[in-house]
Amino acid sequence: MSFALELVDVTKLYPASTPVVALDHVSLRIERGEFVAIAGPSGSGKTTMLSVGGTLERPTHGTVRVAGEAVVDLDDSELSAFRSRHIGFVFQQFFLLPTLSALDNVATGLLYRGLPRRERRLAAAGALDGVGLAKRESHLPSQLSGGECQRVAIARALVGAPAIVFADEPTGNLDTTTGGEILELLRGVNRAGTTVIIVTHSLDVADSAHRTIRLRDGAIESDVSVPR
Amino acid sequence: MSGRDRRDGSSSERAKSRLRAGDVALLGAEGLRGRPARAILSALGVALGVATLVAVLGISTSSRAQLVAEIDALGTNLLTVTPGQSFSGQTVTLPNTAPSMIGRIGPVLSAAAIGSVNASVYRNPRIPSVNTNAISVYTADTKLLQTVEGSLARGRFLNRATAHFPAVVLGATTASVLGIDRADGSVAVWLGGREFAVVGILNPVALAPELDRSALIGFQIADSLLRANSSPVEIYVRTDPTSVAAVTTVLPATADPAAPQDVNVANPSDALVARADASAAFQSLFLALGGVALLVGGVGIANVMVIAVLERRGEIGLRRALGATRRQIGVQFVVEAGLLALVGGTIGAVLGGFTTTIYSEARHWSTVVPDDALVGAVALALVVGVIAGLYPAMRATRLSPTEALRTT
Repeated sequence: MSFALELVDVTKLYPASTPVVALDHVSLRIERGEFVAIAGPSGSGKTTMLSVGGTLERPTHGTVRVAGEAVVDLDDSELSAFRSRHIGFVFQQFFLLPTLSALDNVATGLLYRGLPRRERRLAAAGALDGVGLAKRESHLPSQLSGGECQRVAIARALVGAPAIVFADEPTGNLDTTTGGEILELLRGVNRAGTTVIIVTHSLDVADSAHRTIRLRDGAIESDVSVPR
Repeated sequence: MSGRDRRDGSSSERAKSRLRAGDVALLGAEGLRGRPARAILSALGVALGVATLVAVLGISTSSRAQLVAEIDALGTNLLTVTPGQSFSGQTVTLPNTAPSMIGRIGPVLSAAAIGSVNASVYRNPRIPSVNTNAISVYTADTKLLQTVEGSLARGRFLNRATAHFPAVVLGATTASVLGIDRADGSVAVWLGGREFAVVGILNPVALAPELDRSALIGFQIADSLLRANSSPVEIYVRTDPTSVAAVTTVLPATADPAAPQDVNVANPSDALVARADASAAFQSLFLALGGVALLVGGVGIANVMVIAVLERRGEIGLRRALGATRRQIGVQFVVEAGLLALVGGTIGAVLGGFTTTIYSEARHWSTVVPDDALVGAVALALVVGVIAGLYPAMRATRLSPTEALRTT
């Protein structure tokens, strides 16, 4: 059986006069359909874990397999195509394009698949409906609340039907209530079969996951699963 | 999700990232839409450069077209005969018989001479004699006006009667320099030590501009009063339009059979066309200025795009996360810069065409904006924009996605 995400002895160094070890021989397996929180204080390697696991960066040593594919073997174009098919991202700052409507922001999630615009927008309308924002299609990000913006961002991450969604502090810019709603939405995404990996420094958010991996100084400190 | 299989496209995991050509153009336009004021301002530099190029080319082309049209209207069958220089470098004189000899050449329609008079013309006797205003006094054939196809602003030209009397016809410049605008015989000028009545004022003569700064009197009065045995200094020859070349060949020997090699024959319309072409050389300076403006515009675009790349780090990171390759990110910014220059170039071409039209209309020319200039200038702007976009695009592609996404 292949895993959603598999890190084998992964080390990531950032060049400096004395190289910074962001990940230190980390091995990790996340099964399909898991809802995992990666937690830890800042500087513990959380973001590097997301970058390497999300194929945005290549590890210095070790192997990364996403959905069974050894991504280190892929060139830039293949890796980008792989990301557009299999991985969705949700960020703390939403990163919505300010000039595009909610619908077109979601449709951007399919832009790099080479699909015609009409098809992209059709799929985007479905995804927006899925996060409960069908009525906000034509609104610009500036006309949406923070929670709504994050919903649009989640719809954008889901529109390509990825196997894994990485969420980097998805509730970091939201108040507690709205943050709770976003977490509930991600839980729903997970229930529909998508592997969700949340990177967070918030213990509350981490506690809502089925499995919490704590990092410290680039290494796994603890890996705790709670029965569902 | 029902659409999953379809949207996955091919089942191969090694598929390349794809971005449609139409989407590339849309991306460029979206990027500009984000900061419209900045886009317009940075496009303005290129617009000014292109406008300069188009206007310089348009105005000079219109001017040349107008001149050529005027010359064609005047006829290209006017020849001039002037004494040249002898082998020893002395200015020779044409025989006094030359005009009548030339008049006997078959295809010659008319020939008229002007002869030099050793006198100057003044507004009145009180003017110091050194103030000649560089006005030449010539004797003139009564057929002169008809031969050069000149026209009178006022009064009459010399005729067989007035050629015997102290009467003078002033060139257009002469009249304005002396401040004379009446030619009814009531105004006199001081010429060769006595008064000459002004009987006519010429309009500017396009094919014989030397007449504009002249005062013309009759042969007879010059002979009797000023004792000027005036040999012809210039003979104007109007020929049958089909025989211009043939007449040109026989003119020297006809004018001065003894020394045909000392006779110069010219076609003033050729000289005018040559002058119009020579003024094109002057326009290269303005073209260079337009080119510099275009370059400065390009630098402006590069500058704005570098700032845009810095400001839009988040967007770059996001696009990389959504599956954009480095190359696609680079192409997006190059297209954006190119589009910016294209917009500027188009605005500039319209401005340049507009300027040419206004200028030409003001001078009552017909407007000619060469298509080559329009297309060339816009294409040049596009090239400048793309080159200006290369460096910012390179910076965008070098940005690591993680780095870019760390932007708050």
